[in-house]
Amino acid sequence: MTGVHGMHELAIAESVIEAVRDKTGERTVLTVRLEVGRLSGVLVDSLQFCFMLAAADTPLAGAELQIHQPAGVARCASCGAEFEVTDLILLCECGSFDVEVLTGQQLLINSVEVG
Amino acid sequence: MCATCGCGQPGMRLVVLAEGAGKPPEHPHQPEQPHQQQHPHQPEHPHQHQHEHEHEHPDDQRHRPAPETISLERRVLDHNDRLAETNRAWFAEHGLLAVNLMSSPGSGKTTLLVRTVTDLLPSLGMSVIEGDQETTLDAERLAATGCPAVQVNTGSGCHLDAGMIERALGPLCPPAPGVVFIENVGNLVCPGLFDLGERERVVITSVTEGADKPLKYPAMFHSASLVILNKIDLAPYVDFDDAAFARAVSMVSHHAQVLRLSATTGAGLAAWYEWLQIRVKTQPISP
Repeated sequence: MTGVHGMHELAIAESVIEAVRDKTGERTVLTVRLEVGRLSGVLVDSLQFCFMLAAADTPLAGAELQIHQPAGVARCASCGAEFEVTDLILLCECGSFDVEVLTGQQLLINSVEVG
Repeated sequence: MCATCGCGQPGMRLVVLAEGAGKPPEHPHQPEQPHQQQHPHQPEHPHQHQHEHEHEHPDDQRHRPAPETISLERRVLDHNDRLAETNRAWFAEHGLLAVNLMSSPGSGKTTLLVRTVTDLLPSLGMSVIEGDQETTLDAERLAATGCPAVQVNTGSGCHLDAGMIERALGPLCPPAPGVVFIENVGNLVCPGLFDLGERERVVITSVTEGADKPLKYPAMFHSASLVILNKIDLAPYVDFDDAAFARAVSMVSHHAQVLRLSATTGAGLAAWYEWLQIRVKTQPISP
C-alpha cells in the first residue's frame, strides 16, 4: 500500500506548487509553510518527498517545506467535552462514540518566503 | 500536469459508452486562462548559449532582493474545492442527486451499480461516471443495461477529482431528475480527500474484507454518510464478526448509516433503493 499512499501526496504536492505559483509567478520560492491537520490523511514524509520531485524545474525547486501539524479538536455530543484528537478513532473519556470533529482535517498554505 | 482539476492532465482519458438524453452543462471552467500563467517557463534549454568568458559580479548581493514573506492562507485543494462547488450547484439546479461511491478494489461496487440500474432504470433517471486507472470494462457493463455511462481513466492517478467530473458531465448528458452515480477509483485512501461536488458519500465494504476496515481507513469511513456492507451472503463462509464491524463504524463515525446487502442475491437491496429514492425526492433547499 505504500505506492498508493504516495500517490495522493503527489497530487497534494502539485496542488501546493500551483497554488503558490498563482501568487508568486516566476519569483524564486525559498520556503513554503503548510498546515497539515493530523486528521487530514496526508503523510508528511511522503508529502516532503513528492514536493521535492514535483518542484524540480519550477521556481520552487529546492524550497524548504515547513509543515506544522496541529492536533485535531473534537466535541462529545453526549457530555459536551471538547478534547484533542490525533486520529479518527473517536472515543470520549465518558465512553461515548458520539463525537464530532471540529478541526484537524485542514490542508492550508499559510505563507511562502520568496527570494 | 494539473493534478487538481485534471485539465491538460496527460494521463486522463474520457470514453463515452452511452450518452444520456439530458442537457450537458455549460463549460464553466476555462482552464486555458489560468494555466497560461501557470506554465510559462519552459526549462528544456536553459544553457543554449556558450559561456565564453566569466564575468566578475562583485555586487551580486545588491541585485538580489531581500527574502520576503508572502501570506497566502489558502486551502491546498482550493482549486478542486471551487470546481466541486460549481459541480454541486449544477447538480442541484438540475434536480440530480450525485453519489460518490468509494471502496477498495473488489468490494462489488460495479456489481451493485449494475443491479441497481437494472432494477430501477424504468422508474428513476440514472447515469454513471466510472473511474478506473485503465480499461472501459466497468462502463461497458453499465452501458449494457441501457444506462448512460462514461468511463474516466485516470492513468497513474489514484482518485477522481472535481475537474474530471466536470469534464465527464458534458458527454454524459445525465437524465434529470435522477441520480448520477460516480464510481471512484478502487482505493480507500486517496479519493476521500477530493470533493467532487457530490451530495452523498457512500463507502462500500464487503464481508470478505474483514470487520476492521473502518478502523484501518478511518478517514474514508468518517467522510461517508452511508456505509454499505456487501456480500452478506458470504458471511457464513468467512467468519465475519458483524458486531465488531458495527462497533468499528461507530468508532470512526457517529453519523454514518449502515446498510447490509448482497448485490448478488438481492438481499437487503430494498433499503438501499429506498435510501436513494428518498434523497432524489429531497432536494437541497439552497443549491
